[in-house]
Amino acid sequence: MAKSIDVSDLNIYYGDFLAVEGVNMTVKARSVTAFIGPSGCGKSTFLRSLNRMHEVIPGARVEGKVVVDGQSLYDPSVDPVAVRRQIGMVFQRPNPFPTMSIYDNVLAGKRLNAKKVKKSEADALVEKSLRGANLWSEVKDRLDKPGMGLSGGQQQRLCIARAIAVEPEVLLMDEPCSALDPISTSAIEDLIHELKSDYTIVIVTHNMQQAARVSDDTGFFNLKATGEPGHLVEFNPTKKMFTAPDNDATEAYISGRFG
Amino acid sequence: MNLTTTEPAEVSDTLSGGSQRGDRVFHGLAFAAGASIMVALAGVFIFLAIRGAAGFSAATGLYQPYTSFVPYAAGLLFGTALVAVLAMIIAVPFAVGVALFLTHYAPRPLSTVIAYLIDLLAAVPSVVFGLWGLKALGPALLPIQRWLNEHLGFIPFFAGEVSATGRTVFLAAIVLAIMVLPITTAICREVFGQTPRLHEEAALALGATRWEMIRYAVLPHSRSGIIAGTMLGLGRALGETMAVLLVLNASGPKITWHLLTSDNPATIASNIAQNFQGENIDLQVVLLATGLVLFVFTFLVNFAARWVVIRSERKFQ
Ligand SMILES: Nc1ncnc2c1ncn2[C@@H]1O[C@H](COP(=O)(O)OP(=O)(O)O)[C@@H](O)[C@H]1O
Ligand SMILES: [Mg+2]
Repeated sequence: MAKSIDVSDLNIYYGDFLAVEGVNMTVKARSVTAFIGPSGCGKSTFLRSLNRMHEVIPGARVEGKVVVDGQSLYDPSVDPVAVRRQIGMVFQRPNPFPTMSIYDNVLAGKRLNAKKVKKSEADALVEKSLRGANLWSEVKDRLDKPGMGLSGGQQQRLCIARAIAVEPEVLLMDEPCSALDPISTSAIEDLIHELKSDYTIVIVTHNMQQAARVSDDTGFFNLKATGEPGHLVEFNPTKKMFTAPDNDATEAYISGRFG
Repeated sequence: MNLTTTEPAEVSDTLSGGSQRGDRVFHGLAFAAGASIMVALAGVFIFLAIRGAAGFSAATGLYQPYTSFVPYAAGLLFGTALVAVLAMIIAVPFAVGVALFLTHYAPRPLSTVIAYLIDLLAAVPSVVFGLWGLKALGPALLPIQRWLNEHLGFIPFFAGEVSATGRTVFLAAIVLAIMVLPITTAICREVFGQTPRLHEEAALALGATRWEMIRYAVLPHSRSGIIAGTMLGLGRALGETMAVLLVLNASGPKITWHLLTSDNPATIASNIAQNFQGENIDLQVVLLATGLVLFVFTFLVNFAARWVVIRSERKFQ
């Protein structure tokens, strides 16, 4: 189910503004890849270009190639809606659908894909997804209550359950813990460890300890200079990044000397 | 009815003392504006109640074709509600569709132009709509009315003998629908455009098409706004006088479900406009009493709308 991602010479624009320039990388299947870097260097922008969410912003476009297991995502014959069904996304701020119950939130994506879902199947899927997101025991008695009634950390895990309910091949997470308290954060980090066995995970984080804890590979993004586009400075196994990075700028950023 | 209390806007130059006085003045003005609306409403109500009171039990001959106030007013209220509700049934899907197109499908320049044109529609005087409905739309719709009667005549709405002039409830409802379209569209457009990006992207990231995203994010977020827009439109349709007077061939208060015949129920407003010019002072009093009925009815509709809006908002908080 999990797939690898090959990115080559990717330039990402907002209208005429080049936000991210010349990214090359390979994200391995069944691994966790983390992106770090100062804010505004294009981590979110790059992440959103991996499931064609970038282009929902008016004027936004991409040059270059993103290949998921041999299939080029930006090929004219590829339907962006189909891409997003295979590559799920969790956002910085938890965003359960406010008018839906917990149960319906989990099923939201499945109902898009399969139209009619049998009750027994639906129940099983809701339980499996909520268990997968480590949320089942906390909400199993109030599945029909609104998702908005949960705490921030629970809402974020609900969003993860919603994303994995459609069994995507890749899961993208954009600073999924930045709005959460430490306990919820650690719950989500544990979850990322477990999900790794089934999914390819790409996570943006502003927290370097988190990148060190959860990821196998790390990419460091930076701005060449203020006003210049962001770019990928270094991409290496996390162990190497945090002990002996190839690039001086990476070392400086990681050891907290700038950024 | 909007009594707004104002927060102190400026804290920074409290030293000068001037801003606090400004606050007090503004607060006073806002309060006076709010209060004057209440006074005007109360004034209208009291005027209608005092001047119309005698109309509830006037001489039986004034309530043609009935003999007392209740069936007379009920017949008029029926006509009023029938035309207005039909108009909303036609207008709301249009307004929602147009507003969705403007906010979520049309490219920006096109959507600006269309929105402007629809707003212009609101500036057309209702007598012009009436004349247009009478002279242009009515004749144009005659074949459609005949077709409905011929093929769907087994449904009571379309039964009976089709009016030769086309000045029917059917035509009046369509003209009213066009007249309320701008206000209902404007409100829908406003709320659709305010859908949080967060929820739209939640749907898109799950692989929703644009229409599915609208169903998952835009419409649930906008439900109370759609209700509010519908009720404002309904309020306008209930009270519309000139256009209905011109377009509808009314034969006084009556209860009938036939939409295509020449024997149509009058509405309260058109009935007042039609008969108030006469010499008969007693009849004028009866008409004032029906005006009171319309006033109270419109008020109740608005309260019901508010209640629905508040309830649907509270449900998910
Ligand atoms: N919707 C947008 N429209 C225009 N420019 C944007 C938009 N979103 C982000 N940008 C710009 O793209 C650059 C990268 O932003 P972003 O990807 O959000 O960075 P990061 O996630 O690393 O903080 C920034 O210069 C930002 O101002
Ligand atoms: Mg970001």
